[in-house]
Amino acid sequence: MSNDHDNDHDHDHGGPPNPYHAASRSDDENRALEERVGRIESLLLEKGLVRQDALDRIADIYENDLGPMNGAKVVARAWVDAAFKQRLLEDASAAIGELGYGGLQGEHMVVVENTPEVHNVVVCTLCSCYPWPVLGLPPAWYKSPAYRSRVVIDPRSVLEEFGTAVDDDVEVRVWDSSAEIRYLVLPERPTGTETLTEDQLAELVERDAMIGVTRVAAP
Amino acid sequence: MNGIHDLGGMTCFGPIVREDDEPVFHSDWERRVFAMNMLSMGQFGSLDQARHAIERMDPAAYLSTSYYEHWLAGIEILGRDSGLLMDAEIASGRSEHTSTPSRPPLDPEFVDAMVRSGSPSTRPVSRRPTFDVGDSVRARNLDVRGHTRLPRYVRGKRGVVSAVHGTHVFPDTSAHGLGENPQPLYNVRFEADELWGDNLARRDCVHIDLWEDYLEASPVEGRSHEQ
Repeated sequence: MSNDHDNDHDHDHGGPPNPYHAASRSDDENRALEERVGRIESLLLEKGLVRQDALDRIADIYENDLGPMNGAKVVARAWVDAAFKQRLLEDASAAIGELGYGGLQGEHMVVVENTPEVHNVVVCTLCSCYPWPVLGLPPAWYKSPAYRSRVVIDPRSVLEEFGTAVDDDVEVRVWDSSAEIRYLVLPERPTGTETLTEDQLAELVERDAMIGVTRVAAP
Repeated sequence: MNGIHDLGGMTCFGPIVREDDEPVFHSDWERRVFAMNMLSMGQFGSLDQARHAIERMDPAAYLSTSYYEHWLAGIEILGRDSGLLMDAEIASGRSEHTSTPSRPPLDPEFVDAMVRSGSPSTRPVSRRPTFDVGDSVRARNLDVRGHTRLPRYVRGKRGVVSAVHGTHVFPDTSAHGLGENPQPLYNVRFEADELWGDNLARRDCVHIDLWEDYLEASPVEGRSHEQ
């Protein structure tokens, strides 16, 4: 395919340019992209392939309705309800469905549990598969060549970059989402949270802990 | 295909760059590309075809453009492949021939239903799984010139089946209009030293989902790790 913009971006680290950030796109490049996108959009609308109201609707859903707050509620429920946790580990799609979440890119969910012996981390090396119903759309770093390439071969260095130290005697399991199975990490419940309510626990659970690159910090 | 998208195991891309308070979309064109891709996919082809379109991007462009630029390239490539869009139209943004969509455009109510119900890749077809949990398998060393979800880094490597996921659409045929060819899908655990070499001390592993046609039985002798 042709590439109608300049690839010679400024970059400030050792590898190839990392353009997965607004900062690495100049105003000119963004303008060119707006125009290229505008052309294809008018074409699809004119040909009756898509409707503007439906385009607006799907962008709105993923910008405003779905996100890691859903996954956080799943995790908090698993921390306070042992029977739910067991169902979650046995049939994650059904258990997550009990909380009202599911659908596109979460049809076949698997939840993997962090323990004192095992630390799980999720990637998609071939594209950027991600459990949309419980985490929303992935952050740019999850889609970057740096993460996708290295986390399988050197997960501990990746975890270190995220500030996550893993003891030598803990096994790191990397889950590469190569099919339509979508993975969510069930982080360890931090100590000192015994008195918190389920809602308060959910507020502690951040996206990166459910991808597995961080732990949930005690409040 | 042995494309640039198959990144697993490379160590040359530098540190992972994170953004504080990252927005869902960095600019309006990203939002519009996301929406167009989601709604045009059914007209242009399947999810597997959409992935394969991106894999066919120029490799230098793939590495130097952002995720939503990949999706934009994918829309253009699939639009051309499907015959619904012509090069001249993509360049001008004006329709110059009448194309017949396979279905009417989706309305917002359908979008809501699509997001809610999803599109499962499981099929009721019963092809009995050859392998069971605990079986030693080898990822076949296959030279697939079209779409495949068998990454280079596992080809020829030995692992152990850790889950049987049921019968799923096979992307290698689905991406090329050759049928869904549903077949058993497995999760396979590969030890790090089997995948990456034993010159460095490693005790970690990779779990990856692989279809039955990617796998063959493997004798267990010579393994250095107990399971």
